[in-house]
Amino acid sequence: MAQVSSIANEQTSTPLSSPKTILLRISRYNPEHDESSRFMEFDVPYQRWTTVLEAILEVKKHFDHSVAVRYSCRQATCGSCGMIINGKPRLACFTKISELNSEVVTVEPMNNFPIIRDLAVKFEKLFESHQKIKPYLVRDDTELETDQKEFLQSPEEVEQYIQFANCIKCGLCNSACPTMATDSSFVGPQALAQAYRYVADSRDKGKDSRLKIIDDSHGIWRCHFAGSCSQVCPKGVDPAMGIQLLRGYLLGFRS
Amino acid sequence: MRESTIMKIHYGTALAAVALVAVHILMRLTQGFAESLEFESVLANYKFLPYALMLELILILLSIHGFNGLRVILLELKQGPTYEKAVSYGCIAAMVGLIAYGSRTIIMTNMGMV
Repeated sequence: MAQVSSIANEQTSTPLSSPKTILLRISRYNPEHDESSRFMEFDVPYQRWTTVLEAILEVKKHFDHSVAVRYSCRQATCGSCGMIINGKPRLACFTKISELNSEVVTVEPMNNFPIIRDLAVKFEKLFESHQKIKPYLVRDDTELETDQKEFLQSPEEVEQYIQFANCIKCGLCNSACPTMATDSSFVGPQALAQAYRYVADSRDKGKDSRLKIIDDSHGIWRCHFAGSCSQVCPKGVDPAMGIQLLRGYLLGFRS
Repeated sequence: MRESTIMKIHYGTALAAVALVAVHILMRLTQGFAESLEFESVLANYKFLPYALMLELILILLSIHGFNGLRVILLELKQGPTYEKAVSYGCIAAMVGLIAYGSRTIIMTNMGMV
């Protein structure tokens, strides 16, 4: 009991606020009222583990509650809080202020997405493209009909696609893509990487239909292999590689 | 035509053009650049049938590759069904026009009409 008490005393003696502060610059833009975006600046206290999302929520709590930001899981799983942080697309919940090595943190909405308000952007186009490539296993039979009860795979077969299955649909790759900036009809690295994820899956039989979908004038061939999509992915997915491997199927190097 | 077929043609024409242009440059080197650019020398090249055929092939390959590249650039700059159709057909028309004009020069010179 005495030990518990000492732990409790130790916890209460820990300082709650940090003397360190950063200048948080938040892009503000409401398409209904504003002609262009502007930055609002806030001095926000932070600690070693404070994330950019926490700093934004601190602003909402203490300075300006009208800042629009989308977030959900706070553990880099849902992909909701994607934004441009100090010029690079990142997840706000996954980016610690201390890791940025800067006294100023600038947050802006993701590029290549229409802005709803402030830091929140529309995801309709990304989800449409994702849905277009049939992001599910295409088969004539089902696991319920077969005697095996499940479609077994070897570890080697899983390795072919598992990296691409980590995509959380955060849209950072599409935000970083230079082709998406000019070609509004381009299907995008997220959807293309997911197309490869299912094409490379040994259980899937929908390769031909998926390849037909992406073999379009604004499909896979518009990728210029800048590689920025792979650089910004918080989950280690390599869309640029997936796109090149898909091209291998279309050019006849892979079957 | 499927985009993959167009891009296969695009890559194929690039590779073939590089090979043929290399042969073309090597042949110029054997002759010496200054001499090879003389009027009579150019006419002689066109009159030598195998070489004229190679030049015609280079013209076709580079026209196809170049105008498809231009089509791709223009499609990425702006989108819309009418614009895209205009770009595609415009590039095909320009490509055919350039090949026809270049071929006319090669054929006329080869037949001694110049």
